[in-house]
Amino acid sequence: MGLINKVKLNFSSMFKKIFNKKKARIGIYGPPNAGKTTLANRIIRDWTGDAMGAVSSVPHETRRARRREGVTIESNGSKVTLDIVDTPGLATKVDFHEFMAHGLEEDESKRRAKEATEGIIEAVKWLDDLDGVILVMDSTEDPFTQVNVTVIGNMEARSLPLLIAANKVDLPESSPARIRTAFPQHPLVPISALDGQNIDSLYEKIAQHFG
Amino acid sequence: MDMISEDKMNRMTPMEKVRMILDGVKNGKILVLEKGLTPNEEAKLIEMTMTEITPDDFAGIEIESYPTKNNQKLLDKIFRKPVIKTRLTVIGPANQLKTLRKDKDLISAIVSSQ
Repeated sequence: MGLINKVKLNFSSMFKKIFNKKKARIGIYGPPNAGKTTLANRIIRDWTGDAMGAVSSVPHETRRARRREGVTIESNGSKVTLDIVDTPGLATKVDFHEFMAHGLEEDESKRRAKEATEGIIEAVKWLDDLDGVILVMDSTEDPFTQVNVTVIGNMEARSLPLLIAANKVDLPESSPARIRTAFPQHPLVPISALDGQNIDSLYEKIAQHFG
Repeated sequence: MDMISEDKMNRMTPMEKVRMILDGVKNGKILVLEKGLTPNEEAKLIEMTMTEITPDDFAGIEIESYPTKNNQKLLDKIFRKPVIKTRLTVIGPANQLKTLRKDKDLISAIVSSQ
């Protein structure tokens, strides 16, 4: 990209800020079972009254990206309208035996594994079409997973905003501080998508960060 | 185990790197990349891995790298040019390489034979 184009892009970004164009397409990303769909459901329910999709303790429950357009979030004087994309959990491996361990039959497990791989491909492709990402991390788990490192690296390489939702703080073993130490360069909000703990702080950050 | 130099990686296109990694891992090799992959190449690798997963044969890869560093200088910041420095990366078959612990400066992993 030439120098003139880069200057143009910077001016376009400045104009966007000056005239406050507040519409963004945001992806909800994270590893399987981090609580992405639970969070998407809570956001959609709180601001539109609907729901996004089914949740389950079996990994890869979401195997197709789901999109909800025009969700307006207003918090503390800031307002933003988002197109929200709830993506399938990212992973570098999908083993059908994992589904069998959750009680599914072999054929069903293989079918699910196949769909999960297709869902992961779709999630990766969506990275090219987003204005920002909410990265949902399970705060009871090690934050340095490859999925987290890859998503953060991709957002940084594109200079796009990223907000970390340190989920599952309702569990006693959760440690959002561990995530903050791991990725101090990005804003983080500790939440429980399940019981709504601290969700208002997340909305405030979303309105500020993506507005 | 194959240890791949930064020079060799620099001579390859993103798709050549992904193909080399997947061919090696599917043959049961553990690959250590001196320089690692860019975030975009990592995303491509995940995508390609998913297309090659088959039940009872290949369940995917285990990949471990340190978080990238952003080495922006003043001019890069003015023109918002991200300068990503990639770091050492280890990749292997998911059924042979397992991470025990990982932080920003240390990766502990266990390697088993098939």
